[in-house]
Amino acid sequence: MRAEPSYTLYHPRWYRRRVSVWWWLQNRRYAWFVLRELTSVFVALFAGAYLWQLRALAQGPEAYAQFLARLGTPLFVALHAVTFLFVLLHSVTWFNLAPRAVVVRVRGTRVPDWVVVGVNYAAWLVLSAIVAVIVLRGRA
Amino acid sequence: MARSITPLLWFLFSVGGTVAALLFPIHLLLTGLAFPLGWLEAPSYDAVHGLVRHPVVRLYLFVFISLPLFHWAHRFRYTLYDGLQLKHLTELIAVLCYGTALLGTALAGYMLWSIS
Repeated sequence: MRAEPSYTLYHPRWYRRRVSVWWWLQNRRYAWFVLRELTSVFVALFAGAYLWQLRALAQGPEAYAQFLARLGTPLFVALHAVTFLFVLLHSVTWFNLAPRAVVVRVRGTRVPDWVVVGVNYAAWLVLSAIVAVIVLRGRA
Repeated sequence: MARSITPLLWFLFSVGGTVAALLFPIHLLLTGLAFPLGWLEAPSYDAVHGLVRHPVVRLYLFVFISLPLFHWAHRFRYTLYDGLQLKHLTELIAVLCYGTALLGTALAGYMLWSIS
C-alpha cells in the first residue's frame, strides 16, 4: 500500500463533452434558428447584387442592357427566387421578434406586442408601395 | 473586438436588419423577378439613371446597401462562432465579416459618387 495516494486536480473543463459541429441539426428548433440566422447571407447577396447593378448603371446604357439580359437567365432568376424566399423569412421573423427587442411605452403603459408587430407590417406595406410607385413611375 | 465598439456593432446590426426587412423584399421582387420574367415592364436606362442622380435617392441607396451589409457581418459572425464552433478564429472572422461590410460600403459610396 502506498503511503501517498496520488490525486488528480479537479478540472471541470475535462468533463466537457464534445458537441458535434452539426448540433443544430439534431433538433428542429435549433435548425430553424440556424436557418433564420442564415437569412443574413441572402441579405448580403442582394446588397452585392445591387452594387453590381450600380456598376452597370455607371458604365452606361450598353452595360446596363447587358446587366438586365444577365438577370433574365435561368440561373439568376433561380438565385433571385431563392434569395427572395430567404429575405421574406428574414422580414417576417424580424417583425415578429420586434416586441422582444423593443419595449414601447406610452404614458407609462407598455404597448401590447401585437400593436408593435402590426406597426412593423403596416410600415412594410406602405414603404413597399412607395418604392414600387417610384420605380414604376419612370416607365412611360 | 474592443469593448467600446460593441454597442455600435449591435446598433448597425439592428438598424441594418430593419432596413433589409422593410425594403429588400419589394426591390428583390421587382428587379430580381418581376422585370426579368416579364411580369412588369422594366424602367428604361434613362429613367433609372435619372432616379439615381437625385441626391435623396443616392443617400437612400447608400443606406440601403451599407447597413444591411453590417447586419450580415454581425449575424454571420456569430453564426460561424456557434454553428461551426470556430471560437478560436474570433479575430480572423471578425476582420473578414466587418471588413467585407466596410468594403461594400466604400464601393457603394464610390459608385453612387461616380454616377454623374
